Amino acid sequence: MAQTSAHNSDFVWPHKDSSRAPFQVYTDPQLYALEQERIFRGPVWNFLGLTCEIPNPGDYKTTFVGDSPIILSRGADGAINALVNRCAHKGALVCYKPRGNVSEFTCVYHNWTYSLAGDLTGVAFKKGVGGKGGLDADFDQSEHGLERLRVEVYGQLVFGTFSNETPPFAQFIGEELCANIDRVFVKPLKVLGYHSQVLPNNWKLYAENNKDSYHASLLHVFHNTFGVVRPNMGGGVKISPNGWHHLSYTVRNSDANDAVGAEKVRSLKDSYKLNDVRMMEHALELGDLTTNAIQTVFPTLVVQQILNALAVRQILPKGHERTELIWTILGFEGDDAQMQELRMQVNNLVGPAGLISMEDGCVGGWVQRAAGADPRAMTIMPMGGSGIEASEGSRVTEAAVRGFWTGWRALMGV
Amino acid sequence: MSIEQTLNDQLALHLRVNDLYADYAHTLDDDRLEEWPGFFTENGIYRIVTRENRELGLPLSVIYCDGRGMMIDRITAMRTANVYEPHVYCHATSDVRVLDANNGEIRTRSNFTVLRTMTSGETSIFACGRTFETLIEEGSKLRLRERIVVLDSRRIDTLLVIPL
Ligand code: FES
Ligand SMILES: [Fe+2]
Repeated sequence: MAQTSAHNSDFVWPHKDSSRAPFQVYTDPQLYALEQERIFRGPVWNFLGLTCEIPNPGDYKTTFVGDSPIILSRGADGAINALVNRCAHKGALVCYKPRGNVSEFTCVYHNWTYSLAGDLTGVAFKKGVGGKGGLDADFDQSEHGLERLRVEVYGQLVFGTFSNETPPFAQFIGEELCANIDRVFVKPLKVLGYHSQVLPNNWKLYAENNKDSYHASLLHVFHNTFGVVRPNMGGGVKISPNGWHHLSYTVRNSDANDAVGAEKVRSLKDSYKLNDVRMMEHALELGDLTTNAIQTVFPTLVVQQILNALAVRQILPKGHERTELIWTILGFEGDDAQMQELRMQVNNLVGPAGLISMEDGCVGGWVQRAAGADPRAMTIMPMGGSGIEASEGSRVTEAAVRGFWTGWRALMGV
Repeated sequence: MSIEQTLNDQLALHLRVNDLYADYAHTLDDDRLEEWPGFFTENGIYRIVTRENRELGLPLSVIYCDGRGMMIDRITAMRTANVYEPHVYCHATSDVRVLDANNGEIRTRSNFTVLRTMTSGETSIFACGRTFETLIEEGSKLRLRERIVVLDSRRIDTLLVIPL
């Protein structure tokens, strides 16, 4: 891991394993600064976007890796570049619009220009004016491009890393978890829209929440309330051997209705019933009976399949007590009007106003507000033991959350 | 029709539309949410979208209700299932305009700001943007055949549970 640190931290992990974590991890600005270096600039693959967001040469979008502003661009040769969005001159943002198409990047401050791959191609008044001013003869333009990240495209997902040590993506998350990405993103994707949600908490609280398969049926009671719990649900939790990444999934048993590819909603209680069940319909488009699959790629990506609501969620830390969550809601190229309408209905379940997701917007903030009082007190994660083993058939485990802390500690060196 | 008559009709319509906007806002701000679906026609459409998605031509909504049934489900879920910290809205609606009125269909628009106050007493600007409506006359009432709320404030703080 990162041995030379720009930051000093005397932080010591206070427990023998990763089944407890001190509240300090959510409240300490110094740890946040250290995370920038050891995690976000460390040997991880950070999600940057989808290939369909920048389909043409010259297309770009902006995003972040930790606190670093990033440009994701497609070069004239079709190759994808990830560049730090910070001019080599005085450090201004080179792109201040969220997306666009350009033939080259121009920093408007003093008009330095860069190629789509980040090479410095032009310096305004390089030779000065009237023989005065300008650059010294020994100024080497080739040394002053935009900082580049290594890029790997896995399927249609684009990742970037600052580190030379990050292993190939498939190795990073492992074959078993790659299989779910392959399973969900089976056709060319198209973006159906974006949500942005600001969470009043440290980024790790949302990262953990996604790995916390224990809370799902307890906090999000929409399904139970409306009696749309389906019997014979199977599923489980898969965890990469190092603990960093996970997949939590639910599979329902086959029933006669599968022939028509639509899911019957069964009402178990009489007290409340949905007036309109369209948002619970499920067209079996992926060739299996998986109804829910929530997958994390350490540190900040969530891949989501909830019925026909497909999405990637990108967790962007915004200081130690604020997080922005970007939801990119997806469909497939070739969806017909009916399929698109179905996706739009099902998307009522997710996003900042999602009927089964909105709670995750506030619970992290409740932890954050309580955590500050005593940063040495500890959160405990005892469900399902103290290890990081996978679980078949049950999601009543905090193993994947412990896996998150295992990864965090490995990278932070604590 | 005389100019005076036309002007009177326009004024009357403008007042009715303004009253509808006010009643709608008061119903939400008074927490009389069970009455909210009644502002719409049976098959009325309610959407909250973001300006960004709309300008990119993307179909996603933050909330999408197609028909009163879905609106009732939203409110039932909010009252019985969803978990959130209690809060209230204060709508400030402005620049209400009747765009046209043809064949019994009235198209209107407005600007809005919603201030959100938590139980702590802390108030923040929660949302701002524009709304676009199609109204029709049902009996003696104007009802919403469609209301599209377009958020300029696309970055939603914490969560959105009460309709706008
Ligand atoms: S800061 Fe970019 S050209 Fe000067
Ligand atoms: Fe959740």
